[in-house]
Amino acid sequence: MRYLVCIKQTPDTAELPKISPEEAASGKLSVNLVVNPWDEHAIEAGLQLMENYGGTTGAVTVGDENAIDALRSALAMGCKDATLVKHTDEVDAWGVAELLAAAVKHDGQVDVVLTGQMTVDGNSGLVPVALARKLGWPVLTSVAKVVELGDGQITVERVVGQSRLTVQTSTPVVLSVIKEIGEPRYPTFINIRKAARVKIPELTAADLGVEPPAPVIHMSNFRKPPARDAQVKLFEGTPQEAAAALIDALLEEKVL
Amino acid sequence: MKFLVYIETDMGDVVASSWEALGAARSLSEDVEAVVIGDKISAVVEETIQRGAKKVYVVEDETRAMFDLERHLADVKQALAASGADAFLASHTNNGRDLAAALGVEQGAGVIADALALELEDGRLKGVRGVYSGNILVDVTIDGTPQIATLRPRAFAPAEKMADASGDVVLQDPADVDSPYLIQEVQRAEKGEISLTEASIIVSGGRGVAKDPELGFDLIRELASVLGAAVGASRAAVDAGYISYDHQVGQTGKVVRPDLYIACGISGAVQHLAGMGSSKIIVAINKDPEAPIFSVANYGIVGDLFEVVPALTEAAREKLNK
Ligand SMILES: Cc1cc2nc3c(=O)[nH]c(=O)nc-3n(C[C@H](O)[C@H](O)[C@H](O)COP(=O)(O)OP(=O)(O)OC[C@H]3O[C@@H](n4cnc5c(N)ncnc54)[C@H](O)[C@@H]3O)c2cc1C
Ligand SMILES: Nc1ncnc2c1ncn2[C@@H]1O[C@H](COP(=O)(O)O)[C@@H](O)[C@H]1O
Repeated sequence: MRYLVCIKQTPDTAELPKISPEEAASGKLSVNLVVNPWDEHAIEAGLQLMENYGGTTGAVTVGDENAIDALRSALAMGCKDATLVKHTDEVDAWGVAELLAAAVKHDGQVDVVLTGQMTVDGNSGLVPVALARKLGWPVLTSVAKVVELGDGQITVERVVGQSRLTVQTSTPVVLSVIKEIGEPRYPTFINIRKAARVKIPELTAADLGVEPPAPVIHMSNFRKPPARDAQVKLFEGTPQEAAAALIDALLEEKVL
Repeated sequence: MKFLVYIETDMGDVVASSWEALGAARSLSEDVEAVVIGDKISAVVEETIQRGAKKVYVVEDETRAMFDLERHLADVKQALAASGADAFLASHTNNGRDLAAALGVEQGAGVIADALALELEDGRLKGVRGVYSGNILVDVTIDGTPQIATLRPRAFAPAEKMADASGDVVLQDPADVDSPYLIQEVQRAEKGEISLTEASIIVSGGRGVAKDPELGFDLIRELASVLGAAVGASRAAVDAGYISYDHQVGQTGKVVRPDLYIACGISGAVQHLAGMGSSKIIVAINKDPEAPIFSVANYGIVGDLFEVVPALTEAAREKLNK
């Protein structure tokens, strides 16, 4: 079996509030970049599949040279190989999906592609389904658990709305995972050392024989959201007095 | 501009945030049609007309009782072809997002995903959405047809019922496609449990319940039940095993947008704020007056949640006559 995890390098979530509209518009960020948190769960899922069903787990990212750091983190967690699809021209979700699909085909062996649920920078959540459609493979989003894999079939549990669904489909397949799939493991010392030395292969769109489509999603007017006019009103007194005054205030606000 | 609105159903019930997509379309155009796909959906179809759709394309079939990307996508494409709509709107639910992504990528058409606002500019859709987890807002325009947008639940007013509504129903044959998906088992939330993303009131608990987590969340549930609220939690509470992950609000949980969010024993880390920062009114119950949650809260009580939460339940019971 071969598992390929799609990861993106994104800002450390603690630093997201520091990003200025100018930085966001240019994409040149001064904040610390890490593996997109949802994708850490996807890596964990890939490693669990490798342990449970054999085979190898690789990681792939579409990004610039700096994204190699994210790939090293994936190797340090236990991925067996990593590939940078080096692309610096502007792409939208469909472009990323095109490049990832080409990377999956280039790999040639993949049974299960794993992705996160969304990126903490782009926030679209469009890539997993788009990638699957480009490959012509089935896709299962919001996967909480892989129940069984083998014989060209996979069974998973998905959490959709208020329901938990057990769904079977054929492989090869694209899965997007949620946190329930497992807490990302810590890198081991040995893996960190190994990861630091590995030469990570780089591919370009030309190497992959594709030309990503020009963006059809355009963003402009980057700005901070209006600040909350939050001058907090505190209620004092005994818990009973404070509670009664708070409920009155909420009734006044017409939110009860 | 002509809109086709996707009214999502599940086992014959409507997914309520679909009415917000219908409301958004109606606020932008007179020419609004809808597509309803499911099984045993006559009541939903009727309500779609009452809420102002001029024409409803209906695919009613046992194989459509639950969402299936392959089948529902094929049905939507037929409805789009029949309607000739310029724009397609759906709620940004899990299924709405998947459907929009599949449709958009196939047509090479852009998607305004998880839109917070929509308007028309020169006859095309323009949206506002959050990036960097809501820390930055952007305007979004898209190329291609249809113009596709998915709408953040609770960011748009639902379409109101109209007294004199009338509309045509167009029965459409289920598209002839094979699906690769086989649903083997379905577990549903208990009846009456309110979905976090659709809730107008949320009461959430955090690590502040630590000295007696079971009692703490019982008290939070009781307050929620009196207020008709959904129950949320911080990641710390989920990771400690006090409550299951489907209650987690925040960066790696759910993004919510209630009228009222009551945070009990939650410090207000940025990753928590990423999930609830756009609530209309935020209330903080925390024993530490320096907790960051107070800097985004509208109202607060500094105190022990084990005393304050039951007092709130009591006061709410009294003043709401429950
Ligand atoms: C990548 C990443 C993703 C994350 N995603 C999320 C996410 O989705 N959601 C999320 O919530 N967090 C998330 N976090 C974690 C986040 O950084 C915080 O650790 C978490 O929100 C803290 O939870 P808390 O407020 O319950 O706990 P704490 O920060 O420990 O706060 C507990 C609060 O309870 C108060 N308290 C204690 N006892 C009482 C009492 N008896 N009565 C009243 N108040 C009391 C304390 O004063 C304190 O303010 C994420 C972190 C990372 C790095
Ligand atoms: N540049 C990228 N490189 C590799 N994977 C990506 C990239 N962008 C998105 N993904 C994957 O797609 C998922 C959803 O991202 P998005 O649709 O952009 O919110 C992420 O969690 C990743 O697994």
